[in-house]
Amino acid sequence: MNFELTEERQMLQDTLRRFLSSAAGDVWHDLAELGVIVALFGEDAGGFGGTGFDLAVVFEELGRADLVLPLIDAALIPGRLMVAAGADVAPLIAGTERLAFAHSELGARYDLNWVETRAKDNRLTGEKTTVVAAEDADTLLVSARFGGAVDDQQGIGVWQVAKDAPGLTLRSYEMAQGGRGAEVSLNDTPGTPLMTQAYDAIADAMAAATLAQCAETLGAMDVAVEMTREYLGTRRQFGRPIGTFQALSHRLVDLMMELEQARSAVILGAGHLENPPAERDRVLSATKNIMGRVGRLVAEDTIQLHGGIGMTHEYALSRYAKRIAMADHRFGDTDHHLEQFIALSR
Amino acid sequence: MDLNLSADDKAFRAEVRAFLDENLPAELADKVRRSQSLSKQEHDFWHTKLNDRGWLAPNWPKKFGGTEWDAVQRNIFEDECALAYAPRIVPFGLSMLGPVLQEFGSEAQQNYWLPRILSGEDWWCQGYSEPGAGSDLAALKTRAVRDGDHYVVNGQKTWTTLGQHANMIFCLVRTDPTAKKQEGISFLLIDMNSPGIEVRPITLIDGGAEVNEVWFTDVRVPVENLVGEENKGWTYAKFLLTHERTNIAGVGFSRAGLAMVKRIAGRAQARGRPLLDNPHFAARVAQVEIDLMAMAVTNLRIVSKAAKGQAPGAESSLLKIKGTQIRQEIIDLARRAAGPQAMPFASEGLDGTNTPLPDPYDAGGVAASYFNNRKLSIFGGSNEIQREIYAKHLMKGAS
Repeated sequence: MNFELTEERQMLQDTLRRFLSSAAGDVWHDLAELGVIVALFGEDAGGFGGTGFDLAVVFEELGRADLVLPLIDAALIPGRLMVAAGADVAPLIAGTERLAFAHSELGARYDLNWVETRAKDNRLTGEKTTVVAAEDADTLLVSARFGGAVDDQQGIGVWQVAKDAPGLTLRSYEMAQGGRGAEVSLNDTPGTPLMTQAYDAIADAMAAATLAQCAETLGAMDVAVEMTREYLGTRRQFGRPIGTFQALSHRLVDLMMELEQARSAVILGAGHLENPPAERDRVLSATKNIMGRVGRLVAEDTIQLHGGIGMTHEYALSRYAKRIAMADHRFGDTDHHLEQFIALSR
Repeated sequence: MDLNLSADDKAFRAEVRAFLDENLPAELADKVRRSQSLSKQEHDFWHTKLNDRGWLAPNWPKKFGGTEWDAVQRNIFEDECALAYAPRIVPFGLSMLGPVLQEFGSEAQQNYWLPRILSGEDWWCQGYSEPGAGSDLAALKTRAVRDGDHYVVNGQKTWTTLGQHANMIFCLVRTDPTAKKQEGISFLLIDMNSPGIEVRPITLIDGGAEVNEVWFTDVRVPVENLVGEENKGWTYAKFLLTHERTNIAGVGFSRAGLAMVKRIAGRAQARGRPLLDNPHFAARVAQVEIDLMAMAVTNLRIVSKAAKGQAPGAESSLLKIKGTQIRQEIIDLARRAAGPQAMPFASEGLDGTNTPLPDPYDAGGVAASYFNNRKLSIFGGSNEIQREIYAKHLMKGAS
């Protein structure tokens, strides 16, 4: 057992932390130059990283930053799909190409196997919902069904679809956690096949995304709890720092304790990303379930311990709290992963 | 003991339902259901409807134009209004200042201000909290210095709800800085249009602007706008806070919220079935529904102990804590039920003027409501302060 980061990962963490503390605006190319995107992929794909612990380091740092970058949706997920298909990810790693994966559908909720969108002769028809980072993508990867029942793992393929392809409409909007999502509608839209029988590759990409989301949330929780600790030490009411009232200080201790549980959960998940799918998914469900529960506690209690100021848009805590709470709406929520954990534990 | 409504109560409930049916426009109810912010005109419209019917002031004595309903009737009314998604009556004039003036105001003040509250001529807001005086309200610093027939007010108030619509503000101000902190405070009524007042909106976590900062620079307030005696304001402030906590359990809001959760979970599909059929989710909903059923009885037990037109005592702290816990649990369920569909969000969407977002479950902005409702356990004395109040009550005499 060894809980220390390797020297390379430590360096990446330091570089990223320094960069993100002052980053603003469109930083995508800077991220690529810093080697952040290349760290998301294994050597066989031209990267130098890509394991669970590489992802955990990168995304925890992203979570600490007071900005929202769609690295999971515009790079990690589509990149892993491309790699699985044997396609070239060099432009993605260089930061010159941005992709997004249009998979989620209304009826699917959080299930990966539920695909109603149909593919026939490489033309796609269906409705994709809450597609994150679609607006800024150059090309969309779209899942569609060429065979099987609506919830079969077999019969799902992935196509590359140009954003301006005929029959494609995209309606984008702000999301509660920051960043932008979109509804993508396809009507007999032409696509280039990327892979057939893509379920395993999709599940792999989403497992990596789930871990990345958990690490990002951990980083954000770390900041939110630290802001709260600082506030309790400086805000004075009744002639003393409010953190000297047990009713508040004990809750801070509970937050710290749960935060450590969350940190361990992320380490658990990171250590199992390369395991066989059933084992990987069982552990990641445990991770995501803990993050969902702790996330709600942290988002709600850090606001409560701040009082009104924690509810103001101007104060960074409110932005962190939104990201933390809304992370439960991505890649399966607390309940979804509890059910999956039960199913995979049988 | 009899848990059934009497024939009179049932008749009253039918009367309330008929009134709501006839007078509450569907579009307005829809905005309330979807947690969209209402315009001043929309607030005024509903205020006037209730006033015309004589139902605007359930907690006022008849001689001032109140209804003098008993606890059960008030509950029926609040429940039915919430379930019909009627706009919430802005409480600052009716539930807060009104009772203070009735108890401590001069006859002239009562005759002048109370009818104007009912008619809606005055929109009151509350000048209590300051940046340095939140839970520790008595630490407030806004100064009022007597100058002939006026007080001159300088300072800053914050978290002033809907202050942007108000033409009047009741304020706690410090008139004797040398006295012990609770003893140098006075209660002043201030015209928001006075020179030297500036209202600055505060954008909240959900993007909405329901609260404000109010700044006072050499604002001149006529001395007849002092309520009661100088330096006795803390007594009036505490009296007002107990009234602020009436209907604090929010049973009606919880019932309406629960209906909303079931509506979303009935529409949202998981594995080809409504989410509401998922045993895990159904258990979450059932749990909070059970809690709510019990709390509705707790609420009735506590409020019916209080005399007509009076606020309940220290037990109201229990109602506030449990009531907000349940309301917050319900809005969390609504957010959870919406799944990925909780993410689309537009702050401008809250006032209903933005391009509509995808809303397949007809849920409105559940994420925005979830974050906005964090306020329930913070304002009106945070839940920690409520526990402190009740603990003091329980430990009276211990030292």
